[in-house]
Amino acid sequence: MPSITFDGRDCEVLPGETVLDCLLRSGIAVPHSCKAGACQSCLMKAGSAAGLADAQAGLKDTLRAQGYFLACSLRPLEDLAVALPGGEVRTAARITGLEALNETVLRVRLRTEEPFAYFAGQYLSLVREDGLARSYSLASLPNEGDLELHVRRIPGGAMSEWLHREAPEGNTVWLQGPAGNCFYVPGKPEEPLLLVGTGTGLAPLYGIVRDALAQGHTGPIWLFHGALTPSGLYLTQELQQLAERYPNLRYVRAALRDGGADGVENGELDACIRARLPKLAGFKAYVCGDPALVNSLRKKLFLAGVASKAIYADAFLPSALPVASACT
Amino acid sequence: MSEHVSPSLYDQLGGAAAVDAAVDIFYRKVLSDDRVSHFFDDVDMDRQAAKQKAFLTMAFGGPHNYTGADMRRGHAHLVARGLNDGHFDTIVELLGSTLAELNVPQPLIAQVAAIAESTRADVLNR
Ligand SMILES: Cc1cc2nc3c(=O)[nH]c(=O)nc-3n(C[C@H](O)[C@H](O)[C@H](O)COP(=O)(O)OP(=O)(O)OC[C@H]3O[C@@H](n4cnc5c(N)ncnc54)[C@H](O)[C@@H]3O)c2cc1C
Ligand code: FES
Repeated sequence: MPSITFDGRDCEVLPGETVLDCLLRSGIAVPHSCKAGACQSCLMKAGSAAGLADAQAGLKDTLRAQGYFLACSLRPLEDLAVALPGGEVRTAARITGLEALNETVLRVRLRTEEPFAYFAGQYLSLVREDGLARSYSLASLPNEGDLELHVRRIPGGAMSEWLHREAPEGNTVWLQGPAGNCFYVPGKPEEPLLLVGTGTGLAPLYGIVRDALAQGHTGPIWLFHGALTPSGLYLTQELQQLAERYPNLRYVRAALRDGGADGVENGELDACIRARLPKLAGFKAYVCGDPALVNSLRKKLFLAGVASKAIYADAFLPSALPVASACT
Repeated sequence: MSEHVSPSLYDQLGGAAAVDAAVDIFYRKVLSDDRVSHFFDDVDMDRQAAKQKAFLTMAFGGPHNYTGADMRRGHAHLVARGLNDGHFDTIVELLGSTLAELNVPQPLIAQVAAIAESTRADVLNR
């Protein structure tokens, strides 16, 4: 059986086991969250870069070339030496602001000393000092100085409860990334855009829509924000003002329950979309938020005519359950 | 000196660009056809679109590295859920109507259908 060398220790890999599960089983704390190759929290570096390609999906070319890979996506077939990423891929940031956007969503502002390059709508991995890592989408624009995240409170959630309850303003955290393809690409200013988000799925869209407008997008931009109830919506005033200022922006809010008043539609998000946009051929679509909804919506949008290559989706996958630790 | 080599089926169809043009049309037909759509209810769209593309490339006579064993493994879970000859026929039919929609001449459609047909035993795990 192959073994993994980490910091002078050897861990034997069980058949079919990933690097991440093997290290966690051996009691080595490796930051991780989704265990599905999506959040990039489990970034590690291998001694040799051979055979890593399958575990490098979504990584920047510069990281691939240096032998970085996602530990949850690699099932090693031969011996491997690995290390946690060093300062070269992590940026220190200070939490500079915490502000409630509604009952459950917190706006988190972060300031880095070193420049942190990203496109509005990408996501980063927020790593606490103890190694706890979770992904959050960027709602800010690169020229705004502070980074902005929207974090929904998950009852019992390790990261979100920490941010909501302990209000760790002034604390230092680490940022890894950015990652993801949900961002505005200039060059087709007249292309119709469809932005659909549920809950904090609005975060990346809030960045993308403002980025598109700032870059002079002239084609129609439809922003649909859905929540379970109207109280789950947020930034409604800001978005209404934006829509007043830019006639090509249409902003639609919907709640699954208790909607139907104050400009909030009642019902399923995809029905709201269909009622206004029965044909979606030629659109570019961004879909973000709850994984089940993202998957069903992207299929519906595809069937309504959006080209499969023109759908950009970020499913906010939750963290996977921990494996039982059995140190060898 | 100038030996005439007739272009391959893949080239006659238009190569990778033809696959790109066909993949969305074909996949949309599959997802909206009640006879087969339920097999695709709970799949990840990205991965599925990539698979459809690989399938079309193969059926178009293009470069692929599918083996019969891959086909068997890749469809075993669907056979367990009841995938049968009727479903296979539907897929071939949808493939044909996709190509017709793209104005591919009938003789070429027949060649594509024949390649698809050659995978029947492996796909149905017989
Ligand atoms: C690409 C990507 C982008 C993301 N962007 C954002 C974002 O912009 N804003 C944001 O708030 N979140 C976002 N997430 C989700 C985020 O990374 C965390 O999963 C989330 O904040 C919960 O972390 P936690 O540590 O608080 O909870 P955990 O300690 O991880 O979870 C606690 C418990 O709650 C369950 N749980 C986790 N999430 C949910 C949920 N949504 N609904 C119900 N139960 C749940 C878990 O399974 C677990 O049992 C994103 C995720 C990904 C992969
Ligand atoms: S990408 Fe590996 S844990 Fe999320």
